Amino acid sequence: MSARAWAVGSVVALLLAGCGEATGGDGDRSDGMSGTLTVFAAASLTDAFTDLGDRLVDDHPDLDVQFNFAGSAGLATQIAQGAPADVFASANDTQMAVVTEAGLAASDPVVFTANVLEIAVPAGNPAGISGLADFAREDLTLAVCAPDVPCGEAAEQVFEAAGITAVPDTLEEDVRAALTKVELGEVDAALVYASDVRSAGDAVEDIGFPEAEEAVNEYPICVLAAAPNAEAAQAFVDLVLSDEGQQVLADAGFTVP
Amino acid sequence: MSRAVSRVREGSGVPLPLLAPAALGVAFLVLPVIGLLVRAPWSSLGSQLTAPGVGQALRLSLVSATIATLLSLLLGVPLAWVLARSRIRGRAVLRALVTVPLVLPPVVGGVALFLVLGRQGIVGSWLDDAFGITIPFTTTAVVIAETFVAMPFLVISVEGALRAADARFEDVAATLGAGRWTTFRRVTLPLVAPGVAAGAVLCWARALGEFGATITFAGNFPGTTQTMPIAVYLALQRDPEAAIVLSLVLLAVSLATLLLLRDRWLGRSGAPL
Repeated sequence: MSARAWAVGSVVALLLAGCGEATGGDGDRSDGMSGTLTVFAAASLTDAFTDLGDRLVDDHPDLDVQFNFAGSAGLATQIAQGAPADVFASANDTQMAVVTEAGLAASDPVVFTANVLEIAVPAGNPAGISGLADFAREDLTLAVCAPDVPCGEAAEQVFEAAGITAVPDTLEEDVRAALTKVELGEVDAALVYASDVRSAGDAVEDIGFPEAEEAVNEYPICVLAAAPNAEAAQAFVDLVLSDEGQQVLADAGFTVP
Repeated sequence: MSRAVSRVREGSGVPLPLLAPAALGVAFLVLPVIGLLVRAPWSSLGSQLTAPGVGQALRLSLVSATIATLLSLLLGVPLAWVLARSRIRGRAVLRALVTVPLVLPPVVGGVALFLVLGRQGIVGSWLDDAFGITIPFTTTAVVIAETFVAMPFLVISVEGALRAADARFEDVAATLGAGRWTTFRRVTLPLVAPGVAAGAVLCWARALGEFGATITFAGNFPGTTQTMPIAVYLALQRDPEAAIVLSLVLLAVSLATLLLLRDRWLGRSGAPL
């Protein structure tokens, strides 16, 4: 009997220990800018925000900045499900609306940057892509984002504006997946955001096109109502909106909204 | 045997120290599925199910998972025999190598497939130059990605069955004059049939749920490469309710298939499933 009780007890103890670990560990945030700042941001912001996070830590050495970079829709779902985040930066209004309509934003979101589509081709442009019209060529292997995700919505808008019937071979689940296929040389061209082309380095070349102006993607940011570290959250948002922050974003390929 | 039977009559027959963890295990595995059922938008189920592309994605999933399983049987059963019965050197290393896809993140598996079978890949570039064949972004790529990820499950199951099977039957067959191939066909294979069936079911289920390697190597296009898991993932970006409905469809079809197969293939033999 005692062995049985022990077995049951240890299982319960393990479960409790697991729970404790998941919710605890916030660190000390009683004085000024310290503790952990958790930023949920669209995947396209990875390079720029990592840089800005480092800059914030340089000014506040006691602060620990954690990022969760992922698709905006996934992040909005996580926040709605109670993920302990301080700041949310979305790649579009739709997903920010999911958070604000649930009453989870501490204040009105602010548009802090924008992104336009560019054509990404493998280094050397082996297929000789010259503009958006090449996306109607059956003989090429082409990738655009799925219409379910923001970059795919934008792609549909530019194709419509240009009067082009695109014939993609694959509808990618996000920009990075599309870009990976360009980097590997497996597609001749992909329609992705300018900031993503910049982050891919030398393996990818970019080709701009005038119709991109038809689908400018604006990025809103906000401090969350349930932010465990509201002070640091505001400091991060201020940094993003400052001249310094805007310069970092511009260097990463983003445009001023 | 009779003592075991009489003990069963006293109650459920499960020792108490096993009962609590087993019940927790059931709850852990089943509750998320119940969560799906509870949150399912039952009122709009009909319109969600008849949405364009659902039937197409389901059909593609079933067909590609079945072909992947047949391929796995064709290659995996002989491989399992080599791992379990042969005396070739470096068997342990070989076993570790062929089970790598089990631990490899599927997305990495997809990239690895590109590096071999892609347009720029080691084998793929040759296929392209010599025959004009390109594999990525085709249904063939879906089958290859699923086979890559799912076959190790079959190999491990069949190898386990082979090791557990009594090799003396094979020895007897050999002393009676049966050749190695005849022994394999007439003695070994029937002996491990439940293990092969269980492995095939595992393999099929894994192939049916495959997402990462498929979306990487085969991409996503309705009708040619969009399988159910990919349709579910994309629906989740836009309309979580639609994603739940699609998940339930996949769940119902796979459960029905597994139950049917269990009756037909495994009967009362109680092979691990």
